[in-house]
Amino acid sequence: MSNTPKIKLTDVKKSFGQKVVLDGVSLEVNAGESLVIIGGSGTGKSVTLKSILGLITPDSGEVYVDGDDVLSMNANERQTMMKKFGMLFQGAALFDSMKVWENVAFGLIQAQKMDRGQAHDIAIEKIRQVGLNPQVGDLFPAELSGGMQKRVGLARAIATSPEIIFFDEPTTGLDPIMADVINDLIVECVKDIGATALSITHDMASARKIADHVSMIYEGKIIWTGPVGELDSSGNPYVEQFIHGRADGPITKHANFVA
Amino acid sequence: MTDAASNSNKQNLFCTGICSILNIFQAVGHSILSFFLSIGTLSFFIGKATKHCFLPPFYPRLLFKQFIDIGYYSLPVVGMTALFTGMVLALQSYTGFTRFNAESAIAGVVVLSITRELAPVLAGLMVAGRVGAAIAAEIGTMRVTEQIDALVTLSVNPFKYLIAPRVIAGTIMLPLLVLVGDIVGVFGGYIVSIYDLGFSSGSYINQTWDVLERMDVISGLIKAAVFGFLVSMMGCYHGFNSGRGAQGVGTATTYAVVSASILILVFNFILTQVFFS
Repeated sequence: MSNTPKIKLTDVKKSFGQKVVLDGVSLEVNAGESLVIIGGSGTGKSVTLKSILGLITPDSGEVYVDGDDVLSMNANERQTMMKKFGMLFQGAALFDSMKVWENVAFGLIQAQKMDRGQAHDIAIEKIRQVGLNPQVGDLFPAELSGGMQKRVGLARAIATSPEIIFFDEPTTGLDPIMADVINDLIVECVKDIGATALSITHDMASARKIADHVSMIYEGKIIWTGPVGELDSSGNPYVEQFIHGRADGPITKHANFVA
Repeated sequence: MTDAASNSNKQNLFCTGICSILNIFQAVGHSILSFFLSIGTLSFFIGKATKHCFLPPFYPRLLFKQFIDIGYYSLPVVGMTALFTGMVLALQSYTGFTRFNAESAIAGVVVLSITRELAPVLAGLMVAGRVGAAIAAEIGTMRVTEQIDALVTLSVNPFKYLIAPRVIAGTIMLPLLVLVGDIVGVFGGYIVSIYDLGFSSGSYINQTWDVLERMDVISGLIKAAVFGFLVSMMGCYHGFNSGRGAQGVGTATTYAVVSASILILVFNFILTQVFFS
């Protein structure tokens, strides 16, 4: 394994108008590692992910994927780079005009130019892998429950066997049991294809289960990073407050409104 | 003491005066800046979208679907609009022209008004309501539910996948719709003239052909292509830049229809100037 980190962010800053969302975020994710970024709502978690994907262009700072500077890439290079990525969106973001299997097979058909028959077989296999009945493949996303949509989203994210997978709040809006099922699937799938994973969540149970390392983001900065085992002995008052979900502590209610 | 107090009062008043003037400047400046900003973003968007209409990869399946959605399913709306407009034209011009014993001009008035103005403009406005709104709502919902971001993460360029097929289909289908509208509209005028106003069928058709020149139809079709481009582009632009939530999509849809309608009327004037003056 080379020493180049799979993903590296250096001092990334982003403001929307007057509002500073990222105030110098730096982080590294090594190949095959699973990093979970925790933090409250509106602290810049999603913006961090979207900056890496190029969905949002940072105001300053550097973003590297496999040592390549993402921000200096042109549209074609970026599109090629995207082939390394898979992403599970918070609301699953399934294409509602397509059947479930077409959703899962989308990356195979569009990006890898695979023929529809072959892509269909792989899609059905992936649908089975996330614990769904293959018959679900012929339904439309709107006919599925939230938990099933998340599973299909996961199947779509892993369908192209990407090197890097992003999980945006994978368990938000699910009941605790379904959340745990999704966590197990994430761990399984990531291990299965040996991918590097970057997740953002505020669900601590999920973070503990899927993380190798944890970073905490607060007011647009990474304030703590460490192995998941050290989460409880971080000695950082912000992390302490967050993981125990206390209302009082250094993170004030007010902070959530300005950040 | 009192002097000092009134002095500071005066100063305060002066300050508030200056501040409110500055506020006015700020407000004016802000709206002017945001106006130019949106013109800039729109031009950039149109440029990018147009470029992707001509660059591969193309998505023939999606393009075909848009041909059907935008073209075929708009036929009833455009047909009905043209039919009744043609009929009303014949009735109204009859009322006017009998006063000057110029009934023979009715056929010409109907065919010229329909081909040059009414078919393109009315079809454009109807399609703006039907198609522009649907495009904005669909793409806006995709934006809000992160489906557009999902496209990007699956290595598909949303400009090629979502926008180019709609813009191409809009630009090609509206002239075809208008051609149908031309025929149906003239037919509407014919029906009223023959069955209601007592014209002879042969002379009405002859008068229609005598007046009509190739340029009348062609200019209408060129207008239609421009209107089709505007409608689909406005739908895509406002949907693509939709705000958050149901309200964001609603606003995007409204803007798409309103801006497309206004642009159709403005460009109709500009194109008429270019063609006929």
